[in-house]
Amino acid sequence: MKWARTTAIVFLLAVSTACLLANFIAPASYAHQFREEPNAAPSRQHLLGTDDLGRDRFSRVLYGTRVSLLLAPAAALLCSLLAAFIGGIAGFAGGWVERCVMAGTDLFLSLPWLFLLITVRALLPLNVSPIVSVLITFAMLGCLGWAGAARIICADARTLAQSDFILLARASGSDGLRLLWRHLLPNLKPILFAQFWISVPVFILTEANLGILGLGVAEPLPSWGSLLRELEGFSSISGQVWRLVPLILFILVVSSFHLVLTKEELPI
Amino acid sequence: MKKILTSFVLLILIALASGSARAQSGGELHFCLRSEPKTLNPLLAADDSSETIRYMTGGVLVRVNRLTQDLEPELATSWKVTNGGKAITFQLRDGLRFSDGTPFSADDVAYTMQQLMDPALHSPTGDAFRSSEGKVETQVLPRNRVRITFPAPIAGLDRLFDQVAIMSAKSPQKEMAVLGPYYVEVNKAGSYLILKRNPNYWEKDPAGRPLPYIESVRLDIQQNRDIEMLRLTRGEIHFINSLDAEYFDKVVAQDPSMAHDAGASLDSEEMWFNQVANSPLPPYKKAWFSSTNFRRAISEAINREDLARIVFRGHAHPAVGPVSPANKFWFNAKLQAHPFDQKSALQRLAQDGFRFQDGVLHDRDGHAVEFSVITNAGNKYRERMATMIQQDLSGIGIKLNVVTLDFPSLIERITHTFDYEACLLGLVNDELDPNAQMTLWLSSADSHQWNPSQKTPATAWEAEIDKLMRAQASTLDPKKRKEDFDKVQEIAWQQEPFIYLVNKNALSAVSPALHNAHPVVLRPQVYWNIDQLSLSSEVARNR
Repeated sequence: MKWARTTAIVFLLAVSTACLLANFIAPASYAHQFREEPNAAPSRQHLLGTDDLGRDRFSRVLYGTRVSLLLAPAAALLCSLLAAFIGGIAGFAGGWVERCVMAGTDLFLSLPWLFLLITVRALLPLNVSPIVSVLITFAMLGCLGWAGAARIICADARTLAQSDFILLARASGSDGLRLLWRHLLPNLKPILFAQFWISVPVFILTEANLGILGLGVAEPLPSWGSLLRELEGFSSISGQVWRLVPLILFILVVSSFHLVLTKEELPI
Repeated sequence: MKKILTSFVLLILIALASGSARAQSGGELHFCLRSEPKTLNPLLAADDSSETIRYMTGGVLVRVNRLTQDLEPELATSWKVTNGGKAITFQLRDGLRFSDGTPFSADDVAYTMQQLMDPALHSPTGDAFRSSEGKVETQVLPRNRVRITFPAPIAGLDRLFDQVAIMSAKSPQKEMAVLGPYYVEVNKAGSYLILKRNPNYWEKDPAGRPLPYIESVRLDIQQNRDIEMLRLTRGEIHFINSLDAEYFDKVVAQDPSMAHDAGASLDSEEMWFNQVANSPLPPYKKAWFSSTNFRRAISEAINREDLARIVFRGHAHPAVGPVSPANKFWFNAKLQAHPFDQKSALQRLAQDGFRFQDGVLHDRDGHAVEFSVITNAGNKYRERMATMIQQDLSGIGIKLNVVTLDFPSLIERITHTFDYEACLLGLVNDELDPNAQMTLWLSSADSHQWNPSQKTPATAWEAEIDKLMRAQASTLDPKKRKEDFDKVQEIAWQQEPFIYLVNKNALSAVSPALHNAHPVVLRPQVYWNIDQLSLSSEVARNR
């Protein structure tokens, strides 16, 4: 499966590069409405046609992919760091600390995410630019997604804390912080890495779900969520297969993220 | 062999002949409800599905003809409003019976009114009759007449009875005994309802044949509009009463003969600015929003033609004011939709000290003009309108932030916290009479959205609207009422507390197998003449 992994990495790199160069590649602004050409079919001017408001779909796919591809990993990083911190301390300390932290984690896991996101989104200030709005959305995703990962890291940290090499380090005079930083964290790296890669597609999907509910990234900034909203209702795509491009790209990118992980890196 | 063939041909001919004979009567009409009816009690109907059942089963004293918009006799042959609008006397038809055979009399009207006005029942239909404190009295008069007296005058009183389905005082079936063209035979909760022809329905066609023509109606509960569309194209249902522009265009693409665009409906889409004095907005923004020039400028900077053409695919009209041109009597024909004119918008803003420099608009104190508009998440038409307005306003240097909120959060902001700047929503209007808009226009009312529940009118023009609305409600002279309400429309047009954007068209799809269907703009668009609809023999074969 090495070839599949290599293909996935190359594909992700190609997509990321195209998105980062969107300013140069995109034939039009993602927000500009060509009002005389709404719902246009692909043409030389609009490679993927235009959307319902006459905006160039190809440009929106480029910018939307950039938004999702840049911010989903950022949210995944935030989530993984929080999980490492909370889960690592709980697992390493053990006892009542672990029990308290894990009780909090369970509480967090039992919260209905989507409703929580909708509520938090409704409480935010109204006058924020689309860029700030998208940053807030992904920051929220990052802050809310740590609990599942923290449980896994806690279990791993607990096992490590009882291992012989930690006992040896303790016997050699290493104190708590040094033990955590020098001995525990490096051994948690593979699982953290795996958690990070797993979280990226999860956050992309969550933002897409929020977008489908109309609660994702604010207009006119595109994201995969807002692009996928075009596909609401299966009859909307009949005879307009080019509308499927964002969906195909989305599936390929999410699949590639999963393929990037080797079997050994998977947490379970 | 020849004999067998001849017999076979004869049999086919007989079958075809009997089919065409059945074209006017019999068969089962199929269509979909978008949700389960919340109640079958006609006095409690408030949701669309319950109102559909009420319309098809309920017998009313008078009915607004959805085509002509005139009031026509039903269970009452004549009526007279007296005592300055406080009383109405109905002459009832003789010899009528409910669907279960119970005789109909003036006592049933009295019983219905008593139920309708019972405060414990909380009837939404009854709310329209609650003009002031006091008891509603119903007198049963000789010669099958009944008089209903209200504690205060009610303008447009007779038309309100279009919504009141008469219930039987004596039938053991209670509200299930009806006087309308159909009665509910089966109610399979969450799945379907079957209505059967009322054998005692009073009306007959000009040839003397009993109405309704169609034997039964099956209403399937179907939320998914794609499936509803598929069922229509497969011939499994006979019509879709109300379509949005996107689905309508799909019907046109598949079979233009099924698509019916009845023109501008009574419904409107509008935006307004928060003008609540104690709202948590900065003072400079409150000053913008309370300025007539600012509101007029925003209105002129919005391209309504584009909204109608792009968002509603041409199936909408630029809105003029609080009354749609579809409302034949009450619409003020002197008014025109505000034209798209960004130059004029900038001139108006300049009058208030706004400056347009380097593509950005600043107020006299140097604040860049930026505000947010909230709308309900999930309504793609409103989201698209907001996005188009965003681009339009950028043309005069205004930065508009579009915020979609879940509906409860939006309602919380516009009715309790007043923590919003502008809001884009729609008004679904079923009533032709301006009294139905009383709670919207009176400055003291809760639904006076831009600045609700005022102790005294905040502006002179709101005080004038209050005066005119009360004046039109207190007279029975239609001409005087029209004059007063025309003035209200003119003030609303000049001041623009609501920036009316578009009136959506009434769109529907009707199978060619359904005859006598003439979709109109008033609800219910397709089956308003349900008792006169009929099915062709083709339908029986399709099913």
